Amino acid sequence: MSQTEATEIGAPRSPRTFGSSGRSNFELYSWLFMRVSGLVLVFLVLGHLFIMNILDGGVQRINFAFVAGRWSSPFWQVWDLVMLWLAQLHGGNGLRVIINDYAERDTTRLWLKAALYASMVLILVTGTLVIFTFDPNIG
Amino acid sequence: MPTAPAGTLYRGREGMWSWVAHRITGALTFFFLFAHVLDTALVRVSPEAYDAVIATYKNPVVNLLEVGLVGAVLFHALNGLRVIAVDFWSKGPKYHQAMLWSIVTVWMLLMVPGTYFMLQHTISAIFGSA
Ligand code: HEM
Repeated sequence: MSQTEATEIGAPRSPRTFGSSGRSNFELYSWLFMRVSGLVLVFLVLGHLFIMNILDGGVQRINFAFVAGRWSSPFWQVWDLVMLWLAQLHGGNGLRVIINDYAERDTTRLWLKAALYASMVLILVTGTLVIFTFDPNIG
Repeated sequence: MPTAPAGTLYRGREGMWSWVAHRITGALTFFFLFAHVLDTALVRVSPEAYDAVIATYKNPVVNLLEVGLVGAVLFHALNGLRVIAVDFWSKGPKYHQAMLWSIVTVWMLLMVPGTYFMLQHTISAIFGSA
């Protein structure tokens, strides 16, 4: 081996670079995202469940007027929007891993993931539109 | 493609079963979220359409399912925090079992009063208000 071809050794723990091999650090970032989004979701999701199901009569007091009252405040709009996106990306990424674990045939994996990603787009678009276009005077 | 896995990594006990429960509760919550965003979207149709779908949540049987959903999400959240501690805290792997029994205890302490408040109306509707 000539001197000019010496292997380059990066700093410890720096992300690997795979050059033209077509691989990436996607799984590392997805692993990290599950943990960071999980931390935020603890507050958003448990807060949501507490308010909606336990506080002040729980689910029995929920109706259109209740939703209209909450979404008149930007605070709850932002809460619900962030919760929608984080939960959908966190849960969707989790399901991607589950599909990879159990669906052994390439075509099965392909179709299950196509259905998963389609459902994620549907829910993210619908949910976001509903929060942004909510009209308390409808009907 | 191999048709049977060569050996197994499943090791049983607390580590494996908490992972199984984490996976089932996570997937279950994700499927519920699909239905829940669509039922909430009825606020864009009419107040009547939304109130009609919300009425199903107030049904005693569905109310019981909600307790199950809250229990599943609460377990997933607490166990998720435990997984994060195992991954990032230097003593996490050493205390993973103690942490599991701690979160199971916290889960029970929260679920007892939580179940009471969630079912309060259903119980008085069935057995008459005392
Ligand atoms: C409430 C706070 C939450 C926390 C702290 C949390 C934490 C976590 C963590 C750390 C993982 C990764 C586990 C691993 O890599 O071994 C995970 C996986 C997962 N989570 Fe969550 N999560 C939360 C909420 C949710 C919600 C709301 C959903 C559904 C929309 C969800 C669905 C999933 C799924 C499907 C997986 C994959 C399970 C697997 O691969 O076995 N999680 N969660």
